[in-house]
Amino acid sequence: MAECHPVGFQWVMEAKARGATIIHVDPRFTRTSALADIHVPLRAGTDIAFLGGLINHVLSRDLWFREYVMAYTNAPMIVREDFRDTEDLDGLFSGFAEQTRHYDPSTWQYEGADVAAAAGQRDQWALMHRDEEAGERSAAGRRTEKASSMETAGAAGGRFHGHPERDETLQHPRCVFQVLRRHFARYTPQLVADVCGITEREFERVADALTANSGRERTTAFAYGVGWTHHTVGVQYIRTAAILQLLLGNIGRPGGGILALRGHASIQGSTDIPTLFNILPGYLPMPHAHEHLDLDGYVSADAGSKGYWGNMDAYAVSLLKAWWGDVATADNEYCFGYLPRLTSSHSNYDTVVKQVEGSCEGYFLVGENPAVGTSNSRMNRFGLANLTWLVVRDFNMIESATFWKDGPEIDSGELTTEDIATEVFFLPAAAHVEKDGSFTNTQRMLQWHHKAVEPRGDQRSELWFYYHLGRIIREKLAGAVSRETPTPEQAERDRPILDLTWDYPTIGEFAEPDAEAVLAEISGWDGEGRPLSSYTQLRTDGSTRCGCWIYCGSYAEGVNQTARRKPGREQSWVAPEWGWAWPLNRRILYNRASADPDGAPWSERKAYLWWDAEQRKWVGHDVPDFQATKPPDYRPPTDAEREDAIGGSEPFIMQADGRGWLYVPTGLADGPMPAHYEPAESPVANLLYGQQANPARRVFPHRLNRYAPSGETPGSEVYPHVFTTYRLTEHHTAGGMSRWLPYLSELQPEFFCEVSPALAAERGLEHGGWATLVSPRAAIEARVLVTERMRPVTVGGHTIHQIGLPYHWGDNGLSTGDSANELLPIVLDPNVHIQPTKADTCDIRPGRRPRGRARLALVQEYQRRAGITAETGTEAVTRRGGPS
Amino acid sequence: MSFTLDERLSAPLMDPAAEAGYAEHPPRMGFFTDTSVCIGCKACEVACKEWNAIPEGGLDLTGMSYDNSVGLGASTWRHVAFVEQATPNRDAVDLGMPSVPQGALQDDRELRWLMASDVCKHCTHAACLDVCPTGSLFRTEFGTVVVQEDICNGCGYCVPACPYGVIDLRPGDGRAWKCTLCYDRLGAGLEPACAKACPTDSIQYGPLDELRDRAAERVDALHEAGAEQARLYGHDPADGVGGDGAFFLLLDEPEVYGLPPDPVVTTRDLPAMWRRAAVAAAGTVAAVAAAFLGCRR
Repeated sequence: MAECHPVGFQWVMEAKARGATIIHVDPRFTRTSALADIHVPLRAGTDIAFLGGLINHVLSRDLWFREYVMAYTNAPMIVREDFRDTEDLDGLFSGFAEQTRHYDPSTWQYEGADVAAAAGQRDQWALMHRDEEAGERSAAGRRTEKASSMETAGAAGGRFHGHPERDETLQHPRCVFQVLRRHFARYTPQLVADVCGITEREFERVADALTANSGRERTTAFAYGVGWTHHTVGVQYIRTAAILQLLLGNIGRPGGGILALRGHASIQGSTDIPTLFNILPGYLPMPHAHEHLDLDGYVSADAGSKGYWGNMDAYAVSLLKAWWGDVATADNEYCFGYLPRLTSSHSNYDTVVKQVEGSCEGYFLVGENPAVGTSNSRMNRFGLANLTWLVVRDFNMIESATFWKDGPEIDSGELTTEDIATEVFFLPAAAHVEKDGSFTNTQRMLQWHHKAVEPRGDQRSELWFYYHLGRIIREKLAGAVSRETPTPEQAERDRPILDLTWDYPTIGEFAEPDAEAVLAEISGWDGEGRPLSSYTQLRTDGSTRCGCWIYCGSYAEGVNQTARRKPGREQSWVAPEWGWAWPLNRRILYNRASADPDGAPWSERKAYLWWDAEQRKWVGHDVPDFQATKPPDYRPPTDAEREDAIGGSEPFIMQADGRGWLYVPTGLADGPMPAHYEPAESPVANLLYGQQANPARRVFPHRLNRYAPSGETPGSEVYPHVFTTYRLTEHHTAGGMSRWLPYLSELQPEFFCEVSPALAAERGLEHGGWATLVSPRAAIEARVLVTERMRPVTVGGHTIHQIGLPYHWGDNGLSTGDSANELLPIVLDPNVHIQPTKADTCDIRPGRRPRGRARLALVQEYQRRAGITAETGTEAVTRRGGPS
Repeated sequence: MSFTLDERLSAPLMDPAAEAGYAEHPPRMGFFTDTSVCIGCKACEVACKEWNAIPEGGLDLTGMSYDNSVGLGASTWRHVAFVEQATPNRDAVDLGMPSVPQGALQDDRELRWLMASDVCKHCTHAACLDVCPTGSLFRTEFGTVVVQEDICNGCGYCVPACPYGVIDLRPGDGRAWKCTLCYDRLGAGLEPACAKACPTDSIQYGPLDELRDRAAERVDALHEAGAEQARLYGHDPADGVGGDGAFFLLLDEPEVYGLPPDPVVTTRDLPAMWRRAAVAAAGTVAAVAAAFLGCRR
C-alpha cells in the first residue's frame, strides 16, 4: 500500500500512531513492510492457504463472533444432501464436468430452496431454473454445456425459490457452519506453514493479533492492492477474506471491511459506470443475445424477488430512458432492443485471441498500453499487428502506438513494418488537471475535480473525444438517411445511434462537453425534469431517467454533490459533506450490521447506527443502509417481495436472504467455498489436495501462449523459480504516465529484477549486472538488484526462490527496459477473467538476452527441454502424481 | 542587538535572523524530518524539483537499494536515502518495526529498511554564507539560508565550507545551488513544496521552537515503545553548527544515513586562526624591527 498508494497510506500511518497494529502479508519486503508491525513473507500464490488457516483457527478455537454470525450470516442454512466437498473429491466440488471445465452448481444449493446470487455468475441460477421448469432437472450435461457459453456477470438477482431449511443451533451436519468447519479443518498451522513457507510462530502471531482486535469492542480492516485478485483463484482470495471478516463480525461496522485499493484513479468509477464488457451502469447485467430476448425476460431472469435487486426493472427502465429519452416508450420496451448483446466472452484476452486469429478488426486503446502492460505482451502485439485500424489515446507515444516500427518482433524479424496493415491513429489525451470530472475512490466516494489549465495543442479529454465522435457519426448517419433512401436493414441498424440522447451543452473554444451535465444525467430526473435525490424514486413506468441507479442523487437538488469539500474538522468524524458516496451518500455499506439484532450498538466504542425506539427510525453517524423506519423486530410475511422481504435484523439487503454469505450456493464459477490450489504455473505440488490448479480456470492454448509444466509434472524443473510482478511508487502501470517524465524516470531509471543473495550465488548473478529471464512465452533481460528483502522459502523441504519484477518498462520514453509482462501467461480466473500476474514460473541466468532471432530460439530451446506441447498446463483435473 | 564574534561564528545563537540584521522578523522557520514515518515515496524529491524547476539529475541505476539520486547536490535538494539493514534479531523488543521471524535470514538476523529524506540543514552558523564573497548566499528573515542564482559567480568557496556536503556547483551552469526552504513560498504564507507533498508528515515545517518540542515528544514516545535507538540529529543549539534549522529524527547512528556524526561549522576556528596569524605577524614585525634596531646599535 505504501508502494502503490502512498497518499492513502497516510491514514494507515495515522492509525498506527493511534495504536493500530499494522500487519503486512506479502512475498516481498516492500516499503509497506518497512513501516508495518508484522511482515509475513509468504510464498506468492498461497493466500487462500494462509487465510484458510486463520478461518480454521477462528472456528476451531471458538473465536468467532457468535451473535453476529448467527443472526447476520448464512451459517444456519442447510446445504443439499448431494453436495460433495473438496474433502470428498480430493480438491473438487461436486458438479464439475471435466469436458467443459465448468461446474454445475445445482448441488451447492440450500436444502429446500434455491437462491440466486447478488453478484457474479448470476446466469447459473437462471439457467438452472429454466431447465428445471422445462422438466430437465437431471440434464446436467446440457446445463453445463449452456453454462459454458454464458458470460454475463455483474450483480443482480437474489431470488429465492422455496424456503431454505435452517438449523439455528448450528449443529446440523449439513448446515453451512458445519460444512465450513469441516472444509477448513485441514488448514492447520503446520500445513499453512508448509504451504506458505512461513513459520507456525508467524502464523500464530497474526492469528492472535487479528482475533484480539475483533469483536464487540474492536474491528479489523483488510486492505488489498488489486494484485490480490491477480490469480486464477482471484475471486476466491477475496471470498476467503470475506468469510474471515464475517466470522469475526468485521463487515458493516466502523473500522472493518475489506477495502480494495484500486489500481488507478477511478477504477471503482469505471466498474460503476463500466468499461467492462459484461455489465451496464450500476452493475446491471449486459443482456445476452440468445437468452434475454425481451425486457421482461431480461428482468425476470436477473432481478431478485426479494431484496433491493427486486427493483431492477425500475433501474433498467430508467437507464434506457436516460439513453433514448422520449423515443423509449412502454410500447417499444423502452428501446431494450437497442442494447448491444453478448454472444460469448468479450473479455480483454478473448479479444486479443480474436485479433491474432483475425476476427477483430478495430481497437481503441484509451490510457492502456498492452504492448507493455498486459499479460503476454508479445501475444498482444501480434494482435495489434493484425488489426485494420487502431486508435491510441494517450499522453505519450507509447509502445502500443509504435510496435509496427520498433517493436521486439520487428527486431526478431517475425514481423516487418511493410507487412503490418494496422492503421494507427494516435490522439493525444488531456490529463485530469486539464478537464472537469469525477473520481470514484474505493470507498465508493465521488470527488469532483475542476480543470486547472487548458489542455495544450491537440490534447483533448475523453469526454470531448467520445462526444464529438458520436456527434460526427450521428451526423454522417443522418446525412446518409437524408441523401439516399436507406434499406430497412440500414435504417434499423442506425436507429439506436440516431435515437440516442446526445445533446450535452459544450463550453469554450474547443467545445468541451459540460461534465456536470453528464453527472446530472447519471444522477437522473423525474418526469418534470427535476433532479432525483434517491434511487428509491426510480419508476418502472418510464417517468424517471437515471444513467446509473447507484449514482442517483449525486446531483440532488441540482447541486453537484460530489464537489462538496467541507473540511473534516468542520463536521462529524464520518464527514458526510465531503464528496458524495454511492448509494445515497452512505459511507459504510450494510451498516445495519453495526448494531445488534435488537438495534442497539454492539458496543459504545463502535456505535455507528442504532434503532431509536422513540423516533421509530434508524439514527447514528451515517445514512442507514437499510429502510430507515423498518424496526429490528420486523418479520416479513411469506409473500413479501423486494426490500419488504428483508427482515428487520437482516443487514445484507442486496442479498435475497439478507445475510452475509459464508458459503456461496450460487454465483461462483469455481466452487461455493475457497480451496487452495497452486498457481497455474508452480514449482511445487499442491500439498492440500490431489487437484493441482483451479480446475475451472480458463486456458488459452496457442503457439504464442504456451504454459510451463507445473508441480510434479516432468519439465517443471526447467522453470524452477517463482516470479512476481508489481509496481513501484516511482512509476505508473505500463509507464505511459511516468516514463516520459524526467523527475520520475531518474528515480527508477531502468528495469531491474530483485533476487535474494542465495539465488544470486546459486545462479552467478552479479549485483548491478544483467540477468536474462525465460518463461515459455518470452525471454527478457533486466539489471540485477541483489537484496535480502527477497527471501527464499522452504516448501515441502524444497527451497523455492522468488524473483521480483516491476513491470513498468518498454522501449519508448526516457526510462527504458524490457517489459516483465512478456513473461506472463494468459490463463484466467473463471469468474472475472483476470490474469495471474503474481505467481508464475521462469528461469534466470546471468548476462544479457540474445538479440534478433536468437531471442526466440532461446525461448524455444527452453520449451523443448521442458517438453512443452499445446496440452501442457491445460489439464483441468489432476490427481496426485501428475495429470490424470 | 550586538553579538560577539564567537556568537556570530560558532557559539550558541538564539536568533540568527537578528544576527543577520533583521530588527523585526518572523519566528525562525525550519524542517523537522521524522524518518520513523518516512515511506520512501520520494514525493518530496519530485515536489521540490517541480516547484524549483530543477533539471533532471541523470538516469543511472545505482544499485543502492531504491536510491537512484545518490545524495544531495546542485540538482537534488531533497534526497531520500534507502538503507537496507540486516541486524541481529531483537525479538523480545517490538520496535514498531517489522521483525522477520527467526530463520528468515541467515544467522537469525532481522531486516529493516530505513528511509530518510535529507535536505540542507539551514545551519545556525552557516559556513557557506560566511565564506560567500558576493553576498549571493544570505540569511533570510525566517532564519533560513538561501543562495541567489542571479548573484552567484560560481567561485565555489561555499562547496568545501559546508560540513554536510550539501551545496554544490551544477555542471554546465557553474553556479552553486541548494535548498532555499522554498523562500518564495514562505513569503506567501505557504509551506515548502516537500512538506506540502509529504503524505505521512515525515517532513514537518513550522516555527523551529515548536518543531523542537514536537520532536522531543516523538523521540520520547519511540523510546517508550522500545525503539531505544531513536535519536534527534541537528536539534541541539550547542552542537558544532549551532543547531540546524532542518533537523531529523533518526533510528540509527547518523553515519548509517550518510550524515556526519559531529559536524562543525568550518569557520569556527577563523578567530583563532586570525589570532594566531596576528600573533605570527606581530612576531615577524617584532623580529624585523628588532633586526633593524639591532643594526643601528
